[in-house]
Amino acid sequence: MNPVLTEPTGTTRRRRPRQKASTLSRPAAIGLGVGVTWFSILVLIPLALISFQAAGGGWGVFLETLGNAQTASAIGLTVRQALLVTLVNVVMGTLIAWVLVRDRFWGKRALEIIIDIPFALPTIVAGLVLLSLYGPESPLGVNVANTSHSVFLALLFVTLPFVVRAVEPVLMELEPEVEEAAASLGASTFTTWRRIILPSLAPSIASGATLSFARGISEYGSLVLLSGNLPFESEVASVRIFSYIENDNPAAASAVAVILLTVALAAIVTLNLISQRVTRHG
Amino acid sequence: MGIEIVGVNKSFGDFVALSDIDLSIPGGGLTALLGPSGGGKSTLLRIIAGLETADSGTIEIEGRDTTNVPAQRRNVGFVFQHYAAFKHMTVAKNVAFGLEIRKRPKAEIARRVAELLELVHLEQFAHRLPAQLSGGQRQRMALARALAIEPSVLLLDEPFGALDAKVRKELRDWLRRLHDGVHVTTVFVTHDQEEALEVADTIVVINDGRIEQVGTPDDLYDKPASDFVLGFLGPVTTLGDRLIRPHDIEISRVEQAAVVDGPITRWTRVGFEIRLEVTPIDTRYAPVQVSVTRTEAHALGLHPGDHVWLRPAVGAPSVVST
Amino acid sequence: MASHPTARGQRPTPATHARRALVLGYLFFLVVWPVSLVVTRTFGDGNHLAAALQDPAVVFAVQMTVVVAFWAVVINTVFGVGMSLLIVRYDFWGKSVLNTLLDLPLSVSPVVIGLALLLAYGPRDGYFAPVLDAIDLQVIFSVPGIIMATAFVSLPLVIREVVPVLQEIGTEQEQAARSLGAGGWQTFRRITLPSIRWALVYGVVLSLARSLGEFGAVKIVSGNISQQTQTATLVVEEKYLEFERGAAYATSFLLTLIAVAALVIVTVLRPKEERV
Repeated sequence: MNPVLTEPTGTTRRRRPRQKASTLSRPAAIGLGVGVTWFSILVLIPLALISFQAAGGGWGVFLETLGNAQTASAIGLTVRQALLVTLVNVVMGTLIAWVLVRDRFWGKRALEIIIDIPFALPTIVAGLVLLSLYGPESPLGVNVANTSHSVFLALLFVTLPFVVRAVEPVLMELEPEVEEAAASLGASTFTTWRRIILPSLAPSIASGATLSFARGISEYGSLVLLSGNLPFESEVASVRIFSYIENDNPAAASAVAVILLTVALAAIVTLNLISQRVTRHG
Repeated sequence: MGIEIVGVNKSFGDFVALSDIDLSIPGGGLTALLGPSGGGKSTLLRIIAGLETADSGTIEIEGRDTTNVPAQRRNVGFVFQHYAAFKHMTVAKNVAFGLEIRKRPKAEIARRVAELLELVHLEQFAHRLPAQLSGGQRQRMALARALAIEPSVLLLDEPFGALDAKVRKELRDWLRRLHDGVHVTTVFVTHDQEEALEVADTIVVINDGRIEQVGTPDDLYDKPASDFVLGFLGPVTTLGDRLIRPHDIEISRVEQAAVVDGPITRWTRVGFEIRLEVTPIDTRYAPVQVSVTRTEAHALGLHPGDHVWLRPAVGAPSVVST
Repeated sequence: MASHPTARGQRPTPATHARRALVLGYLFFLVVWPVSLVVTRTFGDGNHLAAALQDPAVVFAVQMTVVVAFWAVVINTVFGVGMSLLIVRYDFWGKSVLNTLLDLPLSVSPVVIGLALLLAYGPRDGYFAPVLDAIDLQVIFSVPGIIMATAFVSLPLVIREVVPVLQEIGTEQEQAARSLGAGGWQTFRRITLPSIRWALVYGVVLSLARSLGEFGAVKIVSGNISQQTQTATLVVEEKYLEFERGAAYATSFLLTLIAVAALVIVTVLRPKEERV
């Protein structure tokens, strides 16, 4: 395999300007019509209705919803725990990815499956299994059920794969020569990490962290059994949404949903900025 | 001074990469480690750099025993085949890296980087990212980066191996001129005998984890120590029971004292060169490849099918075929 | 020079061992031990699985889950393959927007998905309630709603697997088939489908795992009525809260078994990445 090495100076991979003209044949156009209609019925219109619902009440609904101490506390708890979990994932996820890529030992393949279990396991089952180890009948004698720690634990479980899976392929692509070059230029292991490896991983860590945070603030299934949903203690935002729905208050439910969405967007923007900064100051 | 290597051994599992290497690399020279892939030459270079540790033996660089010194403190410049560019840093930042590690004053770093970029003709690319450079430019950047730390030795691992033929040739000439200007002890690994013959002052031929021969390009070409060296430095053919280069065979249409004789059974013209195959009438011997220029063939009146007599040219290097 | 395969493998240092131990310990306490408890609790004190399979509520819920997951996967497979082909093989206005929107379901909370479907198709206040009334179709608190919620949450999974493969294989083979006289459908069935086969299987397995496990969205749209609209994950919650822990663990055991089986299949199918 010969890598292309003779590209002229200054050419970065530039995408061909996409032609605006449609290349759809008649059957393809019909297919597209059917597909988009289904997608709109299933996803787009219902989601749009949430913003209409929330916006329909005007700012009043938002203020009222946020003014509700129980809801505000639930949102606060959710964001705090999701942030904390994301922080742990940034460190542990990167470390796990490192071990998966760089270390060799018997049974490593099994580890790949274990990492993905939180993705595949139904969330209610996730809550249940965590409850069996860290609940009232814990064989370890650790009981976090019905506390804010249970939220942390459940989120830690369901968000485990995000950073690992984001960092792993980038780490695999990283040439060992680059680290050797840094070493031969006198950089210590720590300096190589901070100035060479970390900047290369930063974008993928950030994208994994974003996904982990977004998943964290929207988590529901794994918490219902584990956290006990105690107001002001262990009740999270999606449980509040659920209660609002049950109490026939879709406007408030939509308001919380929109607030969560805004927080998630803010997180995406912030993490992008952080990752750019880390990359630039390598 | 240079580099003194004594009794170096290295195995990877069952695979013996280097066995009992003793080598003295002269200071200030340009030395090539030449040999086939997997022969151990890159491993030896990496051991000198401290990127690999020898199982036994010692390495001395410029009179200092560096056997147990980590790569970080050997002050060795290393250039990799695939550039190993720091992709997220500009060209200038790449070159400055080693100096920043050494905590040199900002002004000095800036001056030194400018000097080096000028040396490698990349002044106008200082603020580009490596991805925006061509392969040859990236390799020059890597070279400037390695030279920035004023290394006691400069080591290059197949430095031109990933480049296309034309750029490769340009960079080769340029490295030779650069070395004539900088005079740092330089060792480069290559599997291309032409590259070694053209650029190096000294060539070390390495095969199967052993040193086959050390010498100047002329020594190696004219006095090969083994059939391996002879074969590796250019085309060879069997003349009787000896190995010889096809252009070192004297060919004649008239009967004369000869090693073998027989008809010309194949005739291939490649530009100015004509490659002949002569099948000896003595069937114990294998067919012989002979190379003559077009002018010679003309002067001798050679034609396909002619019966010819072959013997080694005077002073031609040859070794007994094993 | 192609260095020897182990040439780069550094000797394990104490730091390597420390990292390895930390990672293994973390995964053991976070994933392995908890998940293994589902087996212990199901079979530890008597066979709760056998008992649960006698419980009509559990049996109904498992059957319901299988039916719902089946339809959701069928819908998403047809939709996913079609959309992937359109996105990769054609250019049209709004393509990149559509491409981005298709990933949306993965980043929306299941509870919000439930809420969205409720707002659109709810029986009284739903936006489409008049239309649904007119054709006498009940979506929410009935099977169609559960299927929709399940299809919603797993919608992008097939597309995400198939699109890269379609891009990778290019159009040459398809053009060759066309030039040999194959029609559109023949080309798809004999050329395109075989090349995306494994990606498709992979996407289907992922969708299936996700569909079987959906909880939040289904809880909202189904109404959670035992033996009418209750799925397996909902029955786990109910049984647990009703102190029928054995049944809860047994149902969880079934779901875990399917999830792990799906992961193993996917891991075996996925070509081993070349690791340097």
